[in-house]
Amino acid sequence: MAMEQSEIERLIKASLPDAEVEIIDLAGDNNHFSAHVTSSTFEGKTRIQQHKMVYDALGDKMGGILHALALKTSIKKD
Amino acid sequence: MTDQTTQMIQSTIDENSVVLFMKGSKEMPQCGFSSAVVNALAYLEVDFKDVNVLEDGELRDGIKVFSDWPTIPQLYVKGEFVGGCDIVKEMFESGELTDYLKEKQIPHKNS
Repeated sequence: MAMEQSEIERLIKASLPDAEVEIIDLAGDNNHFSAHVTSSTFEGKTRIQQHKMVYDALGDKMGGILHALALKTSIKKD
Repeated sequence: MTDQTTQMIQSTIDENSVVLFMKGSKEMPQCGFSSAVVNALAYLEVDFKDVNVLEDGELRDGIKVFSDWPTIPQLYVKGEFVGGCDIVKEMFESGELTDYLKEKQIPHKNS
C-alpha cells in the first residue's frame, strides 16, 4: 500500500497551517518517506509531543498505509 | 486492549530498566527501524530487554495504545517512554541519549 507525497503534506498542513513540510521519498515507492516539519506550534513542546502532533495530523494513516516516515521536527522562529 | 496485555507491558517496563519493544529480537531485528535502535544501544553498550511484538498481535497493537504512539520500535527507560526510532536516533547523534542514560543512572559505555 502507498500514499502520495502531496497527501502527506496536505494532511500535515491541515492540522498545522503554518507548517513548512519537506518530504523526501526515500525508496521511490511512495511508502518510505522522510519528512522535516517546521512549525511555530512546536514551541515549548518536547520532541515526543512534536512528533505526536504530526502523527495525529496523519491520523490512522501512520503505521497503516504509511509504513515508514522518518520524521524530524523543528520550531519555526519568527 | 486487554487488561492482561496492559499488565504485561506495565510489568515489563517496571521490572527492566531498559526495554525495547521491537520487531524481531536484538540478535535478529526484522525491521530497519528496530535494527537502528538496537545498534545505537549496542554501540553505547547498554543492556536492555528486547520484546518481539511480532510474536503477539495483541501486544503489537496494544503497545501503540499504551504509549499513544503509532509505530514500532518503542524504547522505555525506567518505565518512561523515550521515543521511537527517529527520536532515539536524533538523541544518539546529538549525544543527548548518553546524557539521558547518565541522568537515569543506566550503565553504559564510559559510565
